[in-house]
Amino acid sequence: METRRLRFEIDSASALKNQNLQKALRNATDRFRAIRERATGEIKDWEDLRRRAREIKKNTIEHIDQYLEILEESIKKAGGTIHWARDGNEACSIILDIARKNKVKSVVKSKSMATEEIELNQALEGAGIRVVETDLGEYIVQIAKERPSHILAPAIHKTKEDIARLFTERLNTQPNLEPEQITKVAREKLRGEFLSADMGISGVNFAVAETGTIVIIENEGNARLSTTIPRIHIALMGIEKVTPKFEDISTFLNVLFRSASGQKISAYVSFITGPKRKSDADGPEEFHLVIMDNGRSEILAHEETRETLYCIRCGACLNICPVYRKVGGHSYGWIYSGPIGAILTPQLLGIDKAPDLPFASSLCGACKDVCPVKIDIPRVLLELRKRVKDSKEGRKNTGFGERIAVRLWRFSMEHKIIYSLVSSLSYIVQKPWLKNGRLRSLPLPFSRWTNHRDFPAVSKTPFRRMWREIKDT
Amino acid sequence: MDTSKKDSIDIKTSLFITCLVDIFFPQVGESMVRVLKSLGVEIDFPEDQTCCGQPAFNSGFHHDAKEVAKRFLSVFNRSGFIVSPSGSCTSMVRVFYKELFKNEPKMIEVLDNISSRTYEFSEFLVNVLRVEDVGAIYNGKVTYHDSCHLLRELRIKDEPRKLIKSVKGVEFIEMNLHDACCGFGGTFSVKFPDVSASILDEKIENIVKSGADTIVSTDMGCLMQIGGALSRRGIPIKTMHIAELLASR
Repeated sequence: METRRLRFEIDSASALKNQNLQKALRNATDRFRAIRERATGEIKDWEDLRRRAREIKKNTIEHIDQYLEILEESIKKAGGTIHWARDGNEACSIILDIARKNKVKSVVKSKSMATEEIELNQALEGAGIRVVETDLGEYIVQIAKERPSHILAPAIHKTKEDIARLFTERLNTQPNLEPEQITKVAREKLRGEFLSADMGISGVNFAVAETGTIVIIENEGNARLSTTIPRIHIALMGIEKVTPKFEDISTFLNVLFRSASGQKISAYVSFITGPKRKSDADGPEEFHLVIMDNGRSEILAHEETRETLYCIRCGACLNICPVYRKVGGHSYGWIYSGPIGAILTPQLLGIDKAPDLPFASSLCGACKDVCPVKIDIPRVLLELRKRVKDSKEGRKNTGFGERIAVRLWRFSMEHKIIYSLVSSLSYIVQKPWLKNGRLRSLPLPFSRWTNHRDFPAVSKTPFRRMWREIKDT
Repeated sequence: MDTSKKDSIDIKTSLFITCLVDIFFPQVGESMVRVLKSLGVEIDFPEDQTCCGQPAFNSGFHHDAKEVAKRFLSVFNRSGFIVSPSGSCTSMVRVFYKELFKNEPKMIEVLDNISSRTYEFSEFLVNVLRVEDVGAIYNGKVTYHDSCHLLRELRIKDEPRKLIKSVKGVEFIEMNLHDACCGFGGTFSVKFPDVSASILDEKIENIVKSGADTIVSTDMGCLMQIGGALSRRGIPIKTMHIAELLASR
């Protein structure tokens, strides 16, 4: 798994310069924003619905141990097998073992962030197993040898022209294919893969504890094919995907589609309860559910940031985020991006691996307003910023300059005389740089501002002095 | 909030001027004073005030922020209404102080008392003083940038618009993505300057497209960011704090 320290500023620099990416991101996020707004506007009690969805998640996460036990019993009763994985490596080994035992040669996968998180494809391919992503976006990313840059739309960073070029390059198609033709090519390629695969691997959107049903949402039918045609179906989920009751699903589906894709309901919603039964015409002979922790119980342990686990992966916060819109998903260094990535990644990988991410936000708060389960992302970001600065690693990562700046700032804010002195001194010191009442190029660290925009001049008469003159007028 | 106080403007009102306005934009404070005085509000300026602590709080230095916040609370402890030319600094006091002091029950009482009397300027005019037309005159096409904290922490959206639209001579134009962030974000603007500037580019694009000749907002943080780009590129669009617009005659 990824262990290098993520560096947001460096990683985002190339994204900002890539005009193609800028165009792709702007178009896609504009479209996502518009359809989300229309779809959520159609529901009169949208706010009630969000509150209800949050309540269910809150209750589930508070008592997650109980619900996971109930889920285990229900899955067993339905004829499925449960596996518990402490981390990504364990999850990969469990899945590899099942594959080896069944002499699996090829696997079809439907879109799953959990499998991306543990780099399952690399593990399977390392064992000589052929893995094919069957979601169109994931398929594109796979043949491009990249990683998804959006929770919902893995290839959002590519324009349709990019994709046509990629298909010509890697699949020898005619040049300049239109989106319909691209889809047709992918469909033809994938049809054979579904029929010949020995094993299907999926993620899980929701796992109902009381019935042992896993719910999978998609628009292309590839998840249904991946989970029904091959002999074995393995589903991988993080512990937070459990939900107590079947009736919870209607609340979640109502908020999820509208937030994610602006749909009332997706084209396919699959409810899978165990493997094929005797009376069933088709379906897998074996059903395995792998439930993994991989850092989640650590999040659970921190009450202040626990709500991170409420996320249902709709992607709405990415689409509305002014930062994501400019830097795209890959800048966040790992598979989770945008505002949710900025709070999830440092908690899953460890704050020392991604100390920049909680700071990679202007704290504008647009994310919390669109979140279907009302995660207060800015508040969690602020909490994580504190955690970064309070931790040993964080202190190491804080530059000497920043530490001195904070000390000086506090000292002058605590002493009015110093505060006034700094303000008067700044007025004098700024003079060499002053041009038409503005500062156009300052030395470091202030150049980080003036490289892009003018800085205002310190006023000769601060308000506190002005006040003495105007107070009695 | 004590609603009986709302109908009266006899209560002394303290200016919480913010460090940014004090040092860089005193004319905004002056405009605020003029508007409030013209409405018969009795104002004072507690001279010991400095900063609310937000820069340190947002940067993760809660301990340092707390000491500065405590100073703020003691300086304004005896004030009636507290009015500030910033949605962001007002949010710090009303919303984020609760986070900062959540483990100090002793502070919460002091805090509740003060934060319930703290208002952003446009919200104070419309919701406390019940004034929309302050008698200002300004000839220009004006567009409005929603400051993120005012909009999404304090939920103030219509109040500044009502005030702007009541100014004689103003043609109000709503720009595209008026509620999108300008990319300032306090220390974010220098921590990730390229990202901040890229977000700013789009804001400038929308301001220019609106056809307005004046961009008004409630926060000098946003206006410093937006104005810095306008002047750098020589775009002749004026930035104005809402207090300056309302003080125009």
